[in-house]
Amino acid sequence: MHVSKTYRISFIFLVLALLCSWLLNISSGSVSIPFADILSTLFGETPEVTSWEYIIWDYRIPKAFTSILVGAGLSLSGLLMQTLFRNPLAGPFVLGISSGASLGAALLLMGVSLFTGYTSFSFLGDVSLAIAASIGSFLVLLIVMVVAQRVKDTMALLIIGLMFGSITSAIVSVLAYFSSAENLQRFIFWSFGSVGNLSINQLLLLGSIVFVGVLLSIISIKSLNAFLLGENYAQSLGVSLKKSRLTIIIATGLLAGGITAFAGPIAFVGLAVPHLTRQIFDTMEHKVLIPAVMLYGAILMLLCDTLAQLPNSASVLPINAVTSLVGAPVVIWLLVRKRKMMF
Amino acid sequence: MSKVSRNILSIAKLSIGYGSKTVANNINFDLEAGMLCGVVGINGIGKSTLLRTLAGFQPKLFGNILLHGEPLEKYISNTLSKELSVVLTEQPASKNLTVQELIALGRQPYTNWLGTLSKEDRQQIQASLDAFLLNELRNNKCHELSDGQLQRVLVARAMAQDTSLILLDEPTTHLDLFHKVQILKMLQALAHDQQKTILFTTHEIELAIQLCDRILILDGKEHPFGDPCQLIEKKHFDSLFPSEMVQFDGKTGSFKVNK
Repeated sequence: MHVSKTYRISFIFLVLALLCSWLLNISSGSVSIPFADILSTLFGETPEVTSWEYIIWDYRIPKAFTSILVGAGLSLSGLLMQTLFRNPLAGPFVLGISSGASLGAALLLMGVSLFTGYTSFSFLGDVSLAIAASIGSFLVLLIVMVVAQRVKDTMALLIIGLMFGSITSAIVSVLAYFSSAENLQRFIFWSFGSVGNLSINQLLLLGSIVFVGVLLSIISIKSLNAFLLGENYAQSLGVSLKKSRLTIIIATGLLAGGITAFAGPIAFVGLAVPHLTRQIFDTMEHKVLIPAVMLYGAILMLLCDTLAQLPNSASVLPINAVTSLVGAPVVIWLLVRKRKMMF
Repeated sequence: MSKVSRNILSIAKLSIGYGSKTVANNINFDLEAGMLCGVVGINGIGKSTLLRTLAGFQPKLFGNILLHGEPLEKYISNTLSKELSVVLTEQPASKNLTVQELIALGRQPYTNWLGTLSKEDRQQIQASLDAFLLNELRNNKCHELSDGQLQRVLVARAMAQDTSLILLDEPTTHLDLFHKVQILKMLQALAHDQQKTILFTTHEIELAIQLCDRILILDGKEHPFGDPCQLIEKKHFDSLFPSEMVQFDGKTGSFKVNK
């Protein structure tokens, strides 16, 4: 596809904004640390209070990187789905993919002990949680895809996604009813969403999952662009429909599933960011859109996490609530302003 | 040169349809390079089904489809995309594409894995923009275009794909008479000047008679094919519609409503 304009300035602006929001993010938290000390700690010096070094390096910086991975990955998965389903309202949350991940996580966190009698979670590693959530989201994605082939109506597809949400939340309720208080609490905390509390190993695992998802998206750039014309046209342009569709679905499943596993179900980022990005980048070329939505998503997530942190207070809001509070009005605003959502 | 080698498309004893439901039987015709061919027939006779079968979107039921003498089903998708392009009745999924972006997608079979456009790709895109009078609209979004303009963009995209055969499904629907004639004239020029073989379905029988080199009439029986004048002489158009409603006038090549 021909890119008529270069977007260099916009990209430079986004990278700068990312840097600023990253600094803002690590300089806010329950413990107030002067900005100068933050900077000097980043450059390897030991701050006035030694515990600050620990807070910055072992808590805030991993959290900031988690936010970046989560925001970039979820936004990319939203973009992939909007193109694949040719639907501006598609996103990991709307299509029930996050619900699928929740179901996977719930089955693992509450179901396993229920059916096997185990009450201890020591044997359940982070990997199994990631796998369970990814499988959950992947299965829902496949079902939605099969339904989308039969039902051409986009409204019907969204309603089906909503129904999936209802089904999974019903199953989760049943599990919760029989679950022990301790396991239930684990699940509830997971479902609030959180970008903190990830160990370096978990962060590395999440990073690898997102990396593979991004890689698969990059090799799909050409077919994604062809899908903008519709599937028949894409086929006539030499795109192998089955292979491309599967690659995109696996990428989406990995991104949405992996992220949901570690950070919990985070709403609206996947849906809203691609639309926000198109306000700046007036193109449909995925070569431009993929890096742009990832940058934009990372910035938005860092800002949401900064908000959730409630400056200088010990309380942290659930990140899921903050992204919904920010994301839902954005979607409404876009709809009202443009009358019609396009992708 | 032998006659066989000039045939771009050869159809023999072709049956089309969906699974056990046959829509049309025993279709036979040959098209050479540089020919503009219209497919006419009443609604539901199988015009679109024929086009979808020829494009490889659905399997044939019986018979042969030869493209450059090779069976259509032997082509792998990437080779086929350099030999056959389509313009469908369905709208592009995203109308947020600009005219130039949409036409550039026609170059996909030739670009690398990232879709980077070469100098040749750019020239071909420019030639398509020029041929379909789209230069001034190049940066417009597709949702800003009129039906006639959008149709020209879609045909220009097929031209950019630079294939020997172009199939179009009802390129003249929703257009007024001027734009119908305009698009068909452009297709005629594309066929004659660049030796493209173009097959399109249409309800504009009178225009097709005037502009096409060949016409295929799908009538559910013999499916006559040939030069428009010959088809008129053999009175093949006379039985196209129920004669108590409309009658074909062979002298003017037009239909008259019975009053």
